[in-house]
Amino acid sequence: MRKLALSDEILLTVEKPARYIGNEVNMVVKDLDKIDIRFCMCFPDVYEIGMSHLGIQILYDMFNRRSDTYCERVYSPWVDLDAIMREKNIPLFALESQDPIKDFDFLGITLQYEMCYTNILQVLELSKIPIYAKDRTEEDPIVVGGGPCAYNTEPLADFFDFFYIGEGETAYDEILDLYKENKKNGGSRTDFLRKVANVQGMYVPKFYDVTYNEDNTIASFTKNDPEVPDMVKKQVEMALSETVYPEKPLVPYIKAIQDRVVLEIQRGCIRGCRFCQAGMIYRPIRERDLEFLKERAYEMLKATGHEEISLSSLSSSDYSKLQELVYFLIDEFRSKGVNISLPSLRIDAFALDVMSKVQDVKKSSLTFAPEAGSQRLRDVINKGLTEEVILKGAMDAFTSGWNRVKLYFMLGLPTEDYEDIEGIATLSDKIAREYYTIPKEERNGRVSIVSSTSFFVPKPFTPFQWVRMNTSEEFLEKQRFLNGKMREQLNAKSIKYNWHEAELTMLEGVLARGDRRVSKIVYDAYKAGCIYDSWSEHFKYDLWMKAFEDNNMDPLFYTSRERDFEEILPWDFIDVGVTKKFLKREYERAVSEKITPNCRQACSGCGAMSFGGGVCFEGGVQ
Amino acid sequence: MKARVKFSKTGNLKFIGHLDVMRYFQKAFRRAEIDIEYSKGYSPHMLLSFAAPLGVGLTSDGEYLDMQLLSTLTEEEMVAKMNEAMVSDIRVVDFKLLPDTSKNSMSIVAGADYKISLKDGYAFEAVTDEDGHVLETSLTIENFKEHFEAFIAKEQIVILKKSKKSENEVDIKPFIYQVAFDAKTFAELGGAFCENSVAERYDNDCVCYMQLATGSVNNLKPELVMQAFCQAENVVFNPFAYQVHRMEVYADLGTEEERKLVPLNDVK
Repeated sequence: MRKLALSDEILLTVEKPARYIGNEVNMVVKDLDKIDIRFCMCFPDVYEIGMSHLGIQILYDMFNRRSDTYCERVYSPWVDLDAIMREKNIPLFALESQDPIKDFDFLGITLQYEMCYTNILQVLELSKIPIYAKDRTEEDPIVVGGGPCAYNTEPLADFFDFFYIGEGETAYDEILDLYKENKKNGGSRTDFLRKVANVQGMYVPKFYDVTYNEDNTIASFTKNDPEVPDMVKKQVEMALSETVYPEKPLVPYIKAIQDRVVLEIQRGCIRGCRFCQAGMIYRPIRERDLEFLKERAYEMLKATGHEEISLSSLSSSDYSKLQELVYFLIDEFRSKGVNISLPSLRIDAFALDVMSKVQDVKKSSLTFAPEAGSQRLRDVINKGLTEEVILKGAMDAFTSGWNRVKLYFMLGLPTEDYEDIEGIATLSDKIAREYYTIPKEERNGRVSIVSSTSFFVPKPFTPFQWVRMNTSEEFLEKQRFLNGKMREQLNAKSIKYNWHEAELTMLEGVLARGDRRVSKIVYDAYKAGCIYDSWSEHFKYDLWMKAFEDNNMDPLFYTSRERDFEEILPWDFIDVGVTKKFLKREYERAVSEKITPNCRQACSGCGAMSFGGGVCFEGGVQ
Repeated sequence: MKARVKFSKTGNLKFIGHLDVMRYFQKAFRRAEIDIEYSKGYSPHMLLSFAAPLGVGLTSDGEYLDMQLLSTLTEEEMVAKMNEAMVSDIRVVDFKLLPDTSKNSMSIVAGADYKISLKDGYAFEAVTDEDGHVLETSLTIENFKEHFEAFIAKEQIVILKKSKKSENEVDIKPFIYQVAFDAKTFAELGGAFCENSVAERYDNDCVCYMQLATGSVNNLKPELVMQAFCQAENVVFNPFAYQVHRMEVYADLGTEEERKLVPLNDVK
């Protein structure tokens, strides 16, 4: 029988033991005697969240296609097991072999959101790997990070041996080959890292030094090793229909957040919303072939037995063969009881037709993300969604039987004033009014509008990377104001207003645009007991604030400070294709309330054309 | 058409609870392309039902589920087809088509067989009372059989059953149908005998077999018997010390006077 790292007694004591036993359907099993490289892939959050992540499934499949490599997985132990492991001195282990992580060649950690940073330190410490990269020896695994937060790695720079910047499909083969070769030649850890630093997209923090000005801004960012490049250019997979994609995704025993087949139909986005980091860093948009997607859908449903398939992309409606794909999925799988879910769909006649076929109209709701309450502010953020379109979409849905609408907005966007905020309340109300223009006998009960606001956090590589973020006090004031306005509306009883926590947002702002000195704050906060920060019941704001105080640092320096265009930003050494010139131009257009056409309407010369494919070469506009 | 599946569950899968096992089978049957009927409506679900939920931590040779099929192959082919989609710790051991008039397995469960083993690394530990005195006990792994036989031979075995609102004294003796200490004797007493049992084995060989009332009318958990035994012996009841393994689940086809337990896969 397969031996587990944890005793029965521990497993029967903790919540959801299935988080730690592995052995899921489609788990890869390899003979350790026949492989050269052991790679452990980590999602630093609880199992049910980590298992829902497509990126890890892609990389897990890709690594395991190599006969010389065995890729296994690890997730953050939940707080109950965390305490037991510390008390009993049990080292963190990988799910597949149940072997300690410390025995691996690589520990790869995906960086999906800022608020998981303390969990990374938890994984390192429980694995008994030195938290600081500088303290690691030849015996320790190489710790590599990747994912969207790798576009500003600096707050984590001290903890990682290197970062993979860009899309994972392209360069890992080369890196693993370098590793094997280096090992064969008796090369050291540093020898290997120097070679890695010369692969496009790889950033090895220890080969770069940062100095600071007296005002705490960055004075210089320079390499300290002549053999490494000055700039790091992101990796992009241009052949999305020829690259790896899992045929047999893992199927967890316990319900994961994504308990379904995920089909990534395209990568990137044409829209150019100015607050959106994903819309910039994944440029240019690249579609996958229809036939590729049909085959994958069929294979993955067969191999997993999932009863649902979800299309994944930043804006599904922009996929050029969406109708064909969706009708294929409905015709092929609906009769077999497969549900089809279509997030990020623009509400139009097609969407309503599809939704009426795959969902119970009475139970489902429509979702709009206007992001801002006024047309003026929507122009500032380049969100090409007008009030007219929203009201028409809602009305079409109402006459087809829907009566629930969800609206998503942000508070604290650049140039926002109280009129814009009030616009959120009035737009919510207008939708409700629209509903009540339908004759009473044709209505389907009361209308329900749920409006949610999150707080805007400026992100690197967006036109808003220089802007000042609101303070917690400003956020709360705006929230209170909006709540008041919501109550003044004619249909206030039909509108529910949901909001987010301001303190967590402030910290997210620090980590999103922090520099290397923030590493120490993350370390101190973790050591003081911070972990699972994105879980409100575990978020310890006071401990974070104490860490800033102890280090004589002011979080507002990172959040609520307008940078000027000349300032050296911590992520300036990364080349994402989209140029700083473009971002600056977009910022200027934003403040003058000018919209920029999307990539299919006209090329705005963002710089992503340098990758030689995608929408930039679809023909027509160039 | 109706069908009944018997399956075993062991190893790592003992940590998967009943609801997740249900989800597991839904996905496994989709992978195996078993032609199961779905309920109607916008969120159709498979017409499946389980006989008796198995608790987390328990293993089993005899779990049952009923299904509603639209088409089928032979019984042997169905077993093979299902097993192709199973993980190694869950195996389908039997498949039987049932007449449409047959009762749902869940409604007819009346008894079950269990094997209870003391796990390696555990021993019987005397209870310490509130004043810190260690109570006397003579129970050891070696004399377990004699002690348990004496315990079970009592006229009454009264335990305190706690519910949300009240505490009741219950005599569990009538719900203990058979007890034995080796597989052969247990089978002779009418208990199940599983040739390729998936039950875990331990070096101490401290085991007992029990046939107990199970189901909606009378239900006695083997853990409760062990708890009562420990209490009587002045030893600590450590729930982690015992591996409980279900061997078979029965329906009662007898009369009110005389019980006649029949394994669920032999019930038509």
